[in-house]
Parts: sequence; structure tokens; C-alpha cells
Amino acid sequence: MSMFSIFEISGSAMSAQSQRMNVTASNLANADSVAGPDGQAYQAKQVIFESQMQGQQGVGGVRVSKVVEDPTPMREEYMPEHPLANEQGYVTMPNVEPVHEMVNMITASRSYQANVEVLNTSKQLMLKTLTLGEG
Amino acid sequence: MIDKLEGALGFYQDALNLRHERQKVLASNIANGDTPNYKARDIDFAQELSRVQQGTARQPVALSTTSPMHIGKPLADGSQTRELLYRVPAQPSLDGNTVDMDSERAQFTDNAVRYQTSLVMINSRIQGLKSAMQPE
Repeated sequence: MSMFSIFEISGSAMSAQSQRMNVTASNLANADSVAGPDGQAYQAKQVIFESQMQGQQGVGGVRVSKVVEDPTPMREEYMPEHPLANEQGYVTMPNVEPVHEMVNMITASRSYQANVEVLNTSKQLMLKTLTLGEG
Repeated sequence: MIDKLEGALGFYQDALNLRHERQKVLASNIANGDTPNYKARDIDFAQELSRVQQGTARQPVALSTTSPMHIGKPLADGSQTRELLYRVPAQPSLDGNTVDMDSERAQFTDNAVRYQTSLVMINSRIQGLKSAMQPE
């Protein structure tokens, strides 16, 4: 199985990065969601990466160990006419920071591309190895 | 006969194996480019190749065990005996990750080209042996 472990490593990174992009997309989409199913404003989410060791050596892929909620305080906006405003006229808005999310998205897509490149190169090498000695 | 073939192709086989293992280590570095506290690893290719050539593949360091309850020795299959070194980071990062994506990608491409070089060398070696075996 060792021949194909590069595919496993890069594949795990691609799936982890795409999960990160999913979370970013969810955050951006809900940047103005004042109420979710539980009646609370949407809380930004973040993925935590963890390396996945194969055997006792430090070589392996990556996986998302958990998705955590951003602990930064929610944004309070003064909108007295809003139906969800409290007595002081403030509405609790999500703590999504669009700039952070954009940076996260670009980083994730760059890392994803790097892993696709690794996968393609390894595939080419392996195909070339298969034709070894054919002339 | 087989012994001679082994002698003719053995070196390239070792080199190719080592290149493949290094490729795996570099792929792992690139995959973990965003993992906090991941430390980038690499293989010293020249050192490992000369070690393989001398037939003194490094035995993994093991504690001597006097009871079956003790933590076991590393696998004795000989496949996991490369010495993995840690890369010295050029720039520190806040999350403790030492992967420099640009340098890793450069190394990866470099290793891929060298792998292909080994393949070409083996191929021409095989072609040479084949034509030597032709009856004219």
C-alpha cells in the first residue's frame, strides 16, 4: 500500500481544505443571520487541523479534528425598529469578520491547489514507473 | 545471472526507492502546511543512499524490554528505518508550524525531476542490457 500513500496524504489534505472552505462559505453566507433555528444569532465557525500520523514516523496526512465556534463577542447593532431588537434597541448580529473569512478562503484554496499539484506530479511519476523497461 | 542483473540495476533501484520515500515526506509537509505545531521533515538523500549502499540501514533505536508489558520495539520489517530530520525554518510562524510552502514545493518538484532522471537511467540501462543480449 506504500505506493499509494502519497495519494492518501494529498487526498486527506484536499478534503480537509475543502471542509475549511465549506465552513468559510457558511460563515460568509450567514454574516447577517440574526436568528438561527435556536433563535440565537449565527456564531462564526472555525476548523482545527491535526496531522494524521502513519506508523511511528512523522509522515502522514491531515484531518479536521473538530469544528469550533469563534469565541469573539457578538456584534451589537443599534436598530430600534428591528423586530428582534432588545429593550435598548440593539440587535445581536453574528461575529463573522468578512475580511478574516476572505483571507481564510484564499489560503485554503491555495493550499488545495498545492495538494492537487502534488497529486498530479505523483500520478505522472507512477505512470512513468509503470512503463519502466518498455523502451 | 540474476546476481549480475541485481548488480547492474540495484543502485538505481535503491535510489528510486529513496526518492519515492522522500516524495512521500515532502507530500506530507505540503499536506500539513496549515496544521498548527506541525514540524516539517526531510530526508538527507545522499547520506541515506550511501547508508543503503553500504548495507548498514539504520536500526531504529529501541529500548530493551524485559517484560511483555513494556512498550514494544519498533517494527523489524526494515521499511521504516530512514532517518527523518527536522527542517530549520527560515521564518518563524505564530502557530508553531515550520512548513515553508514555497521551499517545499520547490523541493517536491526537484525531487520529482530527479525521480524521473533515475527512471531514464534505469531505462537506458535495461535497453543496453537488452541490446547486448541480441544475437545480431
